Amino acid sequence: MADHLLEVRNLSVEFHTAVGVVKAVRNISYHLDRGETLAILGESGSGKSVSSSAIMNLIDMPPGRISSGEILLDGVDLLTMPAHERRQVNGRRVAMIFQDPLSHLNPVYTVGWQIREALTTHGTAAAKAASEALRLLTRVGIPEPERSLGKYPHEFSGGQRQRVMIAMALALRPDLLIADEPTTALDVTVQAEVLALLEELQQETGMAILIITHDLGVVAEVADRVVVMEKGVLVETGTVREVYKNPQHPYTKKLIAAAPGKGDMHAPAARVEPVLSVHDVRKRYGSFEALKGISFDLMPGETMAVVGESGSGKSTLARILLRLDEPDSGKALWKGRDLFTMSPAELYKLRRDLQMVFQDPTQSLNPRMTVYQLISEAWVIHPDILPKARWRERVAELLMQVGLGPEHMGRYPHQFSGGQRQRIAIARALALEPQLIICDEAVSALDVSVQAQVIALLDKLRKEMSIAFIFIAHDLPVVRDFADHVMVMQKGNVVELGTVRDVFETPRQDYTRALLAAGLDPDPDVQAEHRAARLQRAS
Amino acid sequence: MTLVTNDSVILEEPPFVTRMWRMLLADKFALCAVIFLVFILILAIIGPSWLGDLATKQNLRGRNAAPFDWQRGWVWWMGADALGRPLLARIIVATQNTLMVAAGAVALSAVAGTFLGLIAGFSSPRVNQVIMRLADVIMSFPSLLIAVIVLYILGSSILNLMLVLAITRIPVYLRTTRAEVLEIRERMFVQAARVMGASKNRILFRHILPVVLPTLTTLATLDFAYVMLAESALSFLGIGIQPPEITWGLMISQGRQYLTNAWWLSFWPGLAIILTTMSLNLLSNWLRIALDPVQRWRLEMKGHKNG
Repeated sequence: MADHLLEVRNLSVEFHTAVGVVKAVRNISYHLDRGETLAILGESGSGKSVSSSAIMNLIDMPPGRISSGEILLDGVDLLTMPAHERRQVNGRRVAMIFQDPLSHLNPVYTVGWQIREALTTHGTAAAKAASEALRLLTRVGIPEPERSLGKYPHEFSGGQRQRVMIAMALALRPDLLIADEPTTALDVTVQAEVLALLEELQQETGMAILIITHDLGVVAEVADRVVVMEKGVLVETGTVREVYKNPQHPYTKKLIAAAPGKGDMHAPAARVEPVLSVHDVRKRYGSFEALKGISFDLMPGETMAVVGESGSGKSTLARILLRLDEPDSGKALWKGRDLFTMSPAELYKLRRDLQMVFQDPTQSLNPRMTVYQLISEAWVIHPDILPKARWRERVAELLMQVGLGPEHMGRYPHQFSGGQRQRIAIARALALEPQLIICDEAVSALDVSVQAQVIALLDKLRKEMSIAFIFIAHDLPVVRDFADHVMVMQKGNVVELGTVRDVFETPRQDYTRALLAAGLDPDPDVQAEHRAARLQRAS
Repeated sequence: MTLVTNDSVILEEPPFVTRMWRMLLADKFALCAVIFLVFILILAIIGPSWLGDLATKQNLRGRNAAPFDWQRGWVWWMGADALGRPLLARIIVATQNTLMVAAGAVALSAVAGTFLGLIAGFSSPRVNQVIMRLADVIMSFPSLLIAVIVLYILGSSILNLMLVLAITRIPVYLRTTRAEVLEIRERMFVQAARVMGASKNRILFRHILPVVLPTLTTLATLDFAYVMLAESALSFLGIGIQPPEITWGLMISQGRQYLTNAWWLSFWPGLAIILTTMSLNLLSNWLRIALDPVQRWRLEMKGHKNG
């Protein structure tokens, strides 16, 4: 039976929690050969990370318990192996990279020290470890590798840190590399580079890669085969093409249908009097110029998508428009009055018209307030909107409007799922009956299918109540179905501003084209074309 | 795309009092602590009028009488002090003064410190500077020295003692509160409240304070013991509570010179202090979990299992 490098058979893992025993994965089996890439695809809570944690012996027991199954590495069961042998497997034969390299690199040691440590713990001589560390850093494409060895993790960018993690993982030439959401925290262009690096390294060393992701695009880009998981159960497995073109299980179908960027694009209405007109807004933090003169107009009931990678200044723009930060110069005319020169009393009135939905609803809802308190707070602050007698009724109405029920009123935010929490945040914004809602990465933290639901909800609200939206995202496909206009930002500048059709079909700027090309398409054939085109451009 | 939600079942919640009671039953330590504290409180109220005479009556033939002498009346079971007064009776009588000084000082310093901390953390850098430097002044002064000076000027009384102890403890709460406020005010839900147009007061008292409060209650219970002992030190110096009034702290310091031959003089009042603070600590620990909607399930689950 040693023909597969890794074979997981009938693995079940359960966790003892407050609400009783939770079966994190139930009876899952999959296998992986040398030189092959297997993707485990699933949304949050699907148990996709649990089986890999079991392989790496990272499950805390208790509360976790492996209730059945075996994990065979070259035919040897890892679960029955004595602890000291197991430690030899970790790092040497199986290595792992994580989603957030900053929290997985020790901030008080230099990168060079940490790579050397990975080598010396497994018995490499110190002198050899030093030269090997240098070779690895060079290989993963860190600029100035010799100097970089002496640097600390915070001195690198996100993509470079992930490269350092890869270097550490590959230090001992493992047979199997487990990558748990390796590119989720990275910008699209960086994501493409890191994935390309992984593929190159795989071809060089012949290792197998087990990649855990929620992103169909990543699957299409790198994986040979895919395993789809839902709520701890393996629902579908097959080659990437088979699964994408001909999904069997309803969940897989739903997941594929939910991938953004396939619907009709909006054709914006004729431009009339803008509700918000921004002129040459600038902001600097110390010597860093966050915004270098931003100007745009927003019509009533229109959606403006602001897209850019991290550090492009899109969130700063949102904060400035809401007066959470003060701009250095510029004007923003809201119905003809400059937002930036308003007195506190005027600002207080303006808050009713201008609302925001934040990225992470877990953090933007006060954990100690019930849903009723959260939503009705708007009327406590602005008592002239609604008499107190009608509050309960209106909260129920708003909850229905966002797809929740009146019975949710007495509950606390932590009792809801991520998507539901974002709905509560939207209901809270609607309570003030605003005319403009700024969504700062409002769907980025959500699963694909939930993302689609929330976007559909926002679209519905816009149609019914003609609210204007400024929709900030780092991902182009997300805004394709929803936006009227798209503004692409890079390093504090607007690089492109146009209707959604213009930007997606005939992008004028190189940066926009690069962003579009770097975005991963869930269709493996389309993605293969993209890759070929990218390679051609590179050569 | 439909707008169907797919979440697990959410349990209905019982009314507040029933729920707190159930959660108290679920935590046996907290339950014991509450029973003990209620007991102490009753003693504090009825103690002086009940045993006041007995506790101050000298009996020179029974000087430093050993404890566990079951033949004599129950007030003598803990032995007697250097003037032959029954220790158990004295401890019961001292409860009132001790609790009054300690609770008063802790409450005063906690309220003042928290309030100043909230202001310091949330207002302009200038106000912040003024408040923090004042706190530094208080902290850099030896607290006993302030106490000596103030009590010398004002004369010693229970109220003055409370005030002095409160002032010296304010910086503890102030610094903790300010540090937490600085962190919490950057959190998203505070930003969200600002976007809604919430006033500063609302943000401070409705959004920030509830998050800081658990830390402060824990701090306050720990401070309880400190204040009791500080009070005894002042009494020892002759500017705190003076005999014939009694406090637990004073009893400890009176017993100090007999430590080698009559340990019980200091031991029993010490035990009273330890048990009281420990109970408060257990209670605050329980309170912290019970009042946090995110943590609450820990207690509710335990309740199910135990019965």
